[in-house]
Amino acid sequence: MLGYALRRLVGLVPTLFVLVTLSFFVIRLAPGGPFDQEQSLTPAIRANLDAAYGLDQPLPVQYGRYLRGLVQGDLGPSLRFKDYRVDELIARGLPLSLTIGLAAAALAVVVGVWLGALAAWRPGSRVLRSLMGLSLLGVILPGFVVGPLLALVFGIYWPVFRIAGFEPGDPSFLVLPVITLALPVAAYVARLMRDSMSEVLRSNFIRTARAKGLGTRVVLWRHALRPALIPVVSYLGPAIAFVITGSLVVEAVFGLPGSGRYLVQGAIDRDYPLVMGMILVYGVVTLLCNLLADLLYGWLDPRVRPA
Amino acid sequence: MTPRIRVSLAVLVLLAAISLAAPSFTSWTHDAIDWQNQAVPPQVEAGHWLGTDRLGRDLFARGMQALRISLALGVLATLISVLIGVTWGAIAGFAGGRIDAAMMRFVDIVYALPYVFIVIILSTLLPRGSLAGLFLAIGAVGWLTMARIVRGQTLSLRKREFIQAAIASGVRVPGILWRHIVPNVLGTVIAYATLTIPQVILFESFLSFLGLGVQEPYASLGSLINEGAQEMESSPWMLLVPAGLLTAMLLAFNALGEGLRARLGPGDE
Repeated sequence: MLGYALRRLVGLVPTLFVLVTLSFFVIRLAPGGPFDQEQSLTPAIRANLDAAYGLDQPLPVQYGRYLRGLVQGDLGPSLRFKDYRVDELIARGLPLSLTIGLAAAALAVVVGVWLGALAAWRPGSRVLRSLMGLSLLGVILPGFVVGPLLALVFGIYWPVFRIAGFEPGDPSFLVLPVITLALPVAAYVARLMRDSMSEVLRSNFIRTARAKGLGTRVVLWRHALRPALIPVVSYLGPAIAFVITGSLVVEAVFGLPGSGRYLVQGAIDRDYPLVMGMILVYGVVTLLCNLLADLLYGWLDPRVRPA
Repeated sequence: MTPRIRVSLAVLVLLAAISLAAPSFTSWTHDAIDWQNQAVPPQVEAGHWLGTDRLGRDLFARGMQALRISLALGVLATLISVLIGVTWGAIAGFAGGRIDAAMMRFVDIVYALPYVFIVIILSTLLPRGSLAGLFLAIGAVGWLTMARIVRGQTLSLRKREFIQAAIASGVRVPGILWRHIVPNVLGTVIAYATLTIPQVILFESFLSFLGLGVQEPYASLGSLINEGAQEMESSPWMLLVPAGLLTAMLLAFNALGEGLRARLGPGDE
């Protein structure tokens, strides 16, 4: 198992390499450069700036330099945030982004699994049925619609949570962002869970467990949960990718100082190293989460475990 | 036609018709500023049925213009992704063997790359506000799932007798693909394409929300939502109007797609 995990980990390197190469050259194709906005620059100063950051070199040389830096763990300097290195900028925003993302993923899985399992256990319940119907809305509506609406209702009309003037350390700011981010995933997980759980509940070993006289709780959460979780786990990879990219939107909606804004601002400013750094960091997180989901899958379902 | 298909189709036709006809029955255009009525709520007197934004531009006119962009972009970008996806998937599935493995490996790698980042990078490539660029950027990434679905279907079609008969009677490969494979996967393709349209619309709105998509003076539902969210405390209609339009459109497209998928073909997802 450990050997398999390691092999899969090494397998990520080519994908990352393709990601870095592709994005490096594609960003450079874009018209404009990082120093265009500074009108007052004389050609000589421009040339000096370009030379200082190595932008006057041919592209393949710059690419080689970037890769060499990358291997040594150096993401390069930011071109627009003066005196900051890319890793410093990302390190400043990433903890908040990861907190929101992980909290949302955890909340979504717990709520989704619980709701879906109950909906399968009690298919007659009106409350559960209408909740599952509502979940369709949750799957379809994007965060940038749900977020502002939640902020309008719970921040302005009925001010339970604070939505402006972020202060680090006050969790009251994070509740609505986390809910916004978790909602579509929770809704999707609930639907997956309901379908797989109702199938599991019809199988023989569940009938046996009930016939032995085991209680509802034991049957549902100890016997049926594990096999029913399999489709949910195979959705976890895409879900986490969704949460990670979704945090971009949620941070913009709620004005949170996470790292998402660096990607968008960097892309607009042509801050090449910053965009590359963001793509790399978010890419690594996404791929690692996918890998973890795959490994978890093997743990849940012994049939797919590698020999 | 099931009721679900009928109702969602009716909603979509209605939305499209109103948005197309809007310029002929409102006195405001998407970029006309009414200096007397800035940030006013919905009202009949000045003809601002859905209110105005902070600059005094009519929200009905802007919303309908945004709807036209969303619908056009959704359909066109989906067509691009269908074209690429069906060609790629049919060739890979029909060729099989090493060609198939290489082509699908490529799809896998692009699939593993974070989709949002690719579109953001692609959208920076093009002059800001160029809609043609948005079409390409979104269409170029949207074909992956289509390619997978079509390849899967082609793989099983390839072994059927009528294809074997076509090969035996000397029909050339492009002829087989075009005459025999494509018509047989069309049902699934249409169903899935209907589900791709709302994703494309969502993506355009998402990019515009971030400021990377449709640019002023044109409006996108995404940029309208972004502006509305900043003013929602004093003027909630600025948020509710575009949010409502987007919600209605997304719901209708999803319902239509699901309905078609249930009727037209096996779902691969």
